[in-house]
Parts: sequence; structure tokens; C-alpha cells
Amino acid sequence: MSFPWAQAYEPKTGLTKFLDERLPLPRFVYNAVGAGYPVPRNLNYMWNFGVLAGFALMLQIVTGIVLAMHYAPNALVAFATTEHIMRDVNWGWMMRYAHANGASFFFVVIYLHIFRGLFYSSYKAPREMIWLLGVVIFLLMMATAFMGYVLPWGQMSFWGAKVITGLFGAIPLVGEPLQIWLLGGFAPDNAALNRFFSLHFLMPFVIAGVVILHIWALHIPGSSNPTGVEIKGESDTVPFHPYYTAKDGFGLGIFLLVLMTFVFFLPNFLGHPDNYIEANPLSTPAHIVPEWYFWPFYAILRAFTQDIFFIPAKLLGVLAMFASILVWFFLPWLDKSPVRSGHYRPLFRKFFWFGLIPTMLVLFYCGGAPAEEPFVMLSQIATAYYFLHFLVILPIISSIEKPQPLPYSITEAVLGSDKKPVLGENASPAV
Amino acid sequence: MIRIIGILAGLFFALGVLWSFVTGAFTAATEGFGEETAEHAFHEHPLDLELSSDGPLGTWDVPQLQRGFKVYQEVCSACHGLQYVAFRDLADLEYTEAEIKAIAAQFQVPGIDPDTGESVLRAATPTDYIPSPYPNAVAAAAANNNAIPPDLSLITKARHDGSAYVYSLLVGYSAIPEELKAEFPDFSTPPGLYYNRYFPNLNLAMAPPLTSDGQVTYEGGSPTIAQMSEDVAAFLTWTAEPTMAERKAVGWPVLGFLLFATILAWLAKKQIWSSIKPSRKD
Amino acid sequence: MADTTGTATTEIPVRQIDDTADDGVRRRDFINIAAVSAGGVGAVFVLYPLISQMAPSEDVLAEAVTEVDVSAIEPGQAIKAVFRKQPLFVRRLTAAEIAEAQAVPAGSLRDPETLDERTREGHLDMLVTMGVCTHLGCVPLGAAEGENKGEYGGYFCPCHGSHYDTAGRIRKGPAPTNLLVPEYEFTTDTTITVG
Repeated sequence: MSFPWAQAYEPKTGLTKFLDERLPLPRFVYNAVGAGYPVPRNLNYMWNFGVLAGFALMLQIVTGIVLAMHYAPNALVAFATTEHIMRDVNWGWMMRYAHANGASFFFVVIYLHIFRGLFYSSYKAPREMIWLLGVVIFLLMMATAFMGYVLPWGQMSFWGAKVITGLFGAIPLVGEPLQIWLLGGFAPDNAALNRFFSLHFLMPFVIAGVVILHIWALHIPGSSNPTGVEIKGESDTVPFHPYYTAKDGFGLGIFLLVLMTFVFFLPNFLGHPDNYIEANPLSTPAHIVPEWYFWPFYAILRAFTQDIFFIPAKLLGVLAMFASILVWFFLPWLDKSPVRSGHYRPLFRKFFWFGLIPTMLVLFYCGGAPAEEPFVMLSQIATAYYFLHFLVILPIISSIEKPQPLPYSITEAVLGSDKKPVLGENASPAV
Repeated sequence: MIRIIGILAGLFFALGVLWSFVTGAFTAATEGFGEETAEHAFHEHPLDLELSSDGPLGTWDVPQLQRGFKVYQEVCSACHGLQYVAFRDLADLEYTEAEIKAIAAQFQVPGIDPDTGESVLRAATPTDYIPSPYPNAVAAAAANNNAIPPDLSLITKARHDGSAYVYSLLVGYSAIPEELKAEFPDFSTPPGLYYNRYFPNLNLAMAPPLTSDGQVTYEGGSPTIAQMSEDVAAFLTWTAEPTMAERKAVGWPVLGFLLFATILAWLAKKQIWSSIKPSRKD
Repeated sequence: MADTTGTATTEIPVRQIDDTADDGVRRRDFINIAAVSAGGVGAVFVLYPLISQMAPSEDVLAEAVTEVDVSAIEPGQAIKAVFRKQPLFVRRLTAAEIAEAQAVPAGSLRDPETLDERTREGHLDMLVTMGVCTHLGCVPLGAAEGENKGEYGGYFCPCHGSHYDTAGRIRKGPAPTNLLVPEYEFTTDTTITVG
């Protein structure tokens, strides 16, 4: 769908006319990310992260294909070929550091993208499908990142693989055979390494496929915006190109500056020293931690230390960890407030900034800390709040909250208006 | 309906984890957070070590790396290999081709007798990697009281603050301090282990490798233990990442170009938006 | 454009200048062109490491030079060594083989070369060639004892029947040129360094 005032594509040269009748790719691009796609004029910089995530995915695919040319997924030589890449392959160190730090910054960008979606309630009708596909992408990313971290076959790779596949062992009855099946053995070894490599190579292309669906779904209603008020007329929009291509170009520059500072000057800052020790099934690192982007979920996993009736603590932790992400799938139906943007929701805003954000930070910190007090107790309180926030607090505040008056339109929000908005006039879903 | 199920599920997980919290808090209140251990109280973080390779502009001090290699060759190599460093890599240390050949020939690597096919030891060549003195891990463990001397290629990247850690470990041997004995009478260093305050559990299996000043002869002088330790720490910083200097040298122009391109992108963005950006004042 | 909201009045004179300047680059476009160009230049820079990473790595290059001990080769015998992961034939010619090779007028050959040109000075009896047929890259026979040496007593490639003479020159069959003599030198009387 597009808006009636969207600029129409007109092929100008002979080649584009030729193409337009046979394979209208230029028309498709023009209408998707060109001048033919009207976008709310008031998007702030939080709306940059979708494009940046797409860029990060491309960066990972390109550097990953290069690394796969030099790496061998065999437990005997995997660690050595990684060092071969670092030492002997032309620019190999740059490719590997770009891939490792690229993964971290892919998650940085994705977390900011999700954070934007949560604050501005981008998941609400008519954009539920965009949100659901986004959560699918996030889950696929987590699986891909986990399997990629196993490939260098260092100590953290090995013990990470052991711990994470061990989670499946917590499932009653089928757990243990399932774990052995996943690994193709009784502990991570060649079989596991080989299949992780194969799947790690495949998954980015699956992600790219879901990303296309995600963008397709986005183009049906168009982008949301910081006011949460739907587009009412032409004056609410600007064409994607050149306005948002320029803005995204600047955002990309900032992103690359930060990423390249890490790649060239702090390449191991986000990694763990133990992964420069070759995998050793006979010796466990002092404390096993996943990569930083899994810390909040790892904290939730470890928060459950007591059995409840017949459910063992380990299973509870596993269930809670998966539930903590699966709960996002239900957000569009849990939060029924007709107002989208957190700017106009005083109660929601309070719980968001003073509840959810500190909770995430605590979980993040505790996930990276050793399983000692006081970190365990802190993570338990934070875990409780996490579930209460999404499953109890959000549904309740969405029915009791009295939203602040919304602007009549995006144009009015940008330009200001003499007309005093009528309280609650727009407090119904603008479809 | 979905919200009722959601609220119930939310309460289930929240109460479940709070139950863990309450039992944990009860245990902590009645039994405390567990006893202080000697390792926790007396383990020290590595000393400050300044190397020329530190920082975004840092680069190798080649004479120091050469001295460090000498210490490695005369002391460390008795037990530790450098399996990811080839002799040819020593060209970075500004050794000539002939010197590298001569250095390599001083090491023995496994080979095959060309006439009989039997396993033999042969002199290493520049394309060989710096070998461990032990044929396998079992032999290494058997010769060292069950503690396998780790390969040192990546040691400074495989430890927190690795270069300083190596340096600190080499200068950190001492007798068990009196305060520790007073506080933890049960603490002891078993035979075959050595007290070292920079090692996580305080008892290190490696015998003090550098025991006297001048143990390794430098050109024009006899170095202190600290000097030798610093040099070998610098050398092992190089072995862990020989491409570091190149990385930093490439990094600056990359960042410079990106900064330039980003400023241009910002100006372009500003210029493009200027035609529609209204002011809020009117 | 969606610009119906009225822009600041200060913009107007700038636009008038732009709209009248039909030829050449408008000043307001310059910064955009510069920014896009910078992006393009950056993309070209990125291509360099992406292409260069496929070139031989340092460990491969380090093995590009091979030393061969030729002391144990008797006249009439040959050894197969490995040079850059390919077979290298080192052959000590007998007096008869040398005479046979020198008896052929070079001008009559498909790839005219004399034995002198194909060996090092003072080592006329030491023929060092790649063991790679110049036709399609098979390994010719004739280096090992009892193998078919072909009609000219040198090497014979069984793939498509190329016959090489005692100087490793192509005499019959589809191969276009003589067996390649790699760059090498005698570092001592009994050792050659190839590469």
C-alpha cells in the first residue's frame, strides 16, 4: 500500500523503460526506499536503527563468507585455523575482528531498535505482524550468534555449547536424548562443531528472508512515528529519498565510526580471554559467561534456584528464559492502550523508565557477574519485575491510565497549532 | 482472555523466582554469605606494566622483543612451546633470513627419517612452528607433577590484563606472608607448588623460572629479574598478536576517512532537510 | 514534495539563484554529491582487503622456496621433489643422454631450446624441470625406475601421449612447450634452491 500522494515512478532513460516493462526492479526500489515511499516527517534518530541493523546483517554475511574461506570446522584444527586467519591470511585479522565486533554491534543496534518499538508501542495495530516478524528475527539472531561463538573452539565456545545444549536436557523425559541428538554425541565435539558451522552459515540467509517479510509488512501501514498519530495527509510525510536516505547515511557514518574504533583499537574488549584457550573438555573455566548480549537472559536462567512442587529449578530457569522472549509475541494483545507513543502515556512512561529500564540493566549486570551473592538475589528481584512488567503491569495500566492529549496530526506536532486540542479527541486507535 | 492467561503466567514466574529469592535470603540471613577464603583475600591484581605497544598509538619496541625472545629461548622454552608462532615470523623482530635459519636449527621438531620412515627428531626450518619440548600432553603432565605447561603463543590474550599478568607472575613469587598465616592457619602450599600472590588460587605449579639477576646474558649488561620479566612479557604480547602494529596503523586512516565522510553526510542531511524543516517559534 | 507547510522566508532568494543556474552543478547539490562520492570511495577501499584476502597467505608464501639435496642422484636416475605443492623432477643425465640431447638441432624443435639453456652453467648433467605436462597439467612418467620414458628417452605423459626428450623438451604429442624449468640456483655443489 502506499499513500495517494506518493510520487509515481517514471522511467526516464531507455534502459529503465526497457526494464520497467520486463523486470520493474527500479520501480520496486523507488517505491520501497526511494522517493515513491512517503514517510512521517517527524521520525527522530531512534528510527535509524532498522537500516543500521540491515547494514550490520550485510556486514556479517560478507565478513562471514570471507572467514569461511579460511576456516575449517574440525575440532582438531578449528582453533588453529582461527589463529591462521589472525596471523597469516591477508587482512584476516581485520575480517575476524570485524565479524566478532560486528556481531556485538548488530545486537547493540537491534536492542535499540526493540527499545524504540517498546517505548513508542510500534507493535500495536495495524503493525502487529511487523513486530512478530521482528521477534522471529531476534530469536534467529540469538541462535546464529550462539552457534557462531562455538566455531573458534576456545574454552568459552566449548563450555558455552555444553551449557546451552544442557538447557534442553532439562526438558522432562525427552531432554537427555534430545541433548545427545543436538550434539551428535555425549559432549560437544566434531559432530556438533560441524553442524553448528553448517547452520551458522545457513541462518543469516534465513534471517535475510525474514527481514524482507519484515520490511514488506512495514510497507503496508508505513512507519509509525514519535507521536503515534497516524498519517492524515500529505503534509505529514516526506519522501523516503532523499530525506531519510540522507538521515540514515549520517547514522551509518556514526555507527561505522564506533564499530571501527572497536575493530581497530579495542578488538577484544567485548570478548572473553578464555576463548583464546583451546577447548579442553577436561577443564572448566572459573566462571562460564556467554557473550554480553545474552547476559540479561542468562541472569533470568540462573535466577531460579528453588524447585516449585514437582518442577525442578533448572527447568523453571529454562522455561523462564524462553518465556522472557516469547512474551514479546503477545505484547500487541497485552497492551491495549489506544495511545501508542510513551510521550503521551504518563503512567506507562513511569514504569518504562523507572521499572523496565533499570530492570534490564540489573539483569544485564548480574548475567555477566559470577553466580554469587548479592548478584543472584538482585537478579531474582529483577526477573520478578520483568515478568510482572510485561504480563501484569502493562495490561493493567493500559486500562486504567488516562493519556495526555495527542496532537491532531503529525504536521501539528511539528509546527505547533493555535487550535487547542480537545482532551481525548485522538485517544482512539488511529487506523 | 489472552490478558488473563498472561497475568496468570506472569504471576507464576514472578512468584516462582521470588520463592527462590526468599529461600536464598533466608539462607543468607541465617548462615551469612559464606566464609572469606585465602584466595579471595590475598590474590592480587597484576602490577601496572607499561609497554611501548600499549595504547592506540603503541607499537613494538623491537630490541625489547629480541631480548624477550632470548629470555624465552633460554628459560621458558624448556617447558613451554609457541605452537602458533613460526620461526619465519621472527622476521618481525628484524632478524635476517640467515639468523632465523640458525635460530630454527637450534630447535628439534618431529620428522620422518627419509630412508626408514621412522619417527625422528630433526632440526627445525624457518617454516616450522616453535615446538613444545614435550611430544604430547601426557608426557608434559608426567614430567611436571601433573601440571601441563600451557602453550605461550596466546597467553597474554588468554588472561585478563595478560601482559601485566605474565610480568606479575614472574616477579610475584614469595614466601607465604605472615598475615595470611595468621588469618588462615589452614592455608598451605603443597609440595611441588609455589606461593605466588598474582595466581588466582595463590599456589602455582610453575617453579620460579627467573631466580637470579643476570640469568640471561644481555648484550652489554646483566639484567634484573624485573627487566627480564618485562622483556619476556613484551615478547609474549607480540606472539599473541603479531598483527597488532599493522592493525593500529590501518585504524587511524580508516577512522579519519570515516570522520570526514560522516561530516559530509551530516552536512548533506542538514542541507536536504533545511528546505522543509520548520521552526517551532512562529 | 510534501512541502505544503510553507518554509522560512530566508530560503527564497537561495532557491531563485539555484533555479536560474541551469548549467553545471548547483551549489546546494555540491555537498550531496561530495557525500555520496565519499561513500563510493569508501566502498572501493573496502574492496581491496576483500580481494586481497584470497591471495596466498603468509604460510603459503613461506613455503614457496624449496631446497633440494641432489647429492644422492646417480647418472641416469631422477628424483621427484615437491616444489609449491607440485612435482619437481631432478635428473642426472648420463653422458649418452647429454650427447643425444645436444645432437638435435634446436631450430627443428617445436619449442627451440638447447640443453645448455635449460641447465645451469657447470652443471650440464643436472636437469631440473617441473613434473607438470605443459599440455593439461598431468604428471609425466619417466622419473621413477622402470617407468615408460617415451620414444625419446626422457618423459612420457600418459594422459594424451606427449613425449619429452632427455632435455625435457617436447618432441611428439599435443603439449605446446617444453617442461618448465623453474627458477633455481646451486647454493652448494650438491644443493639447489628452487623458487
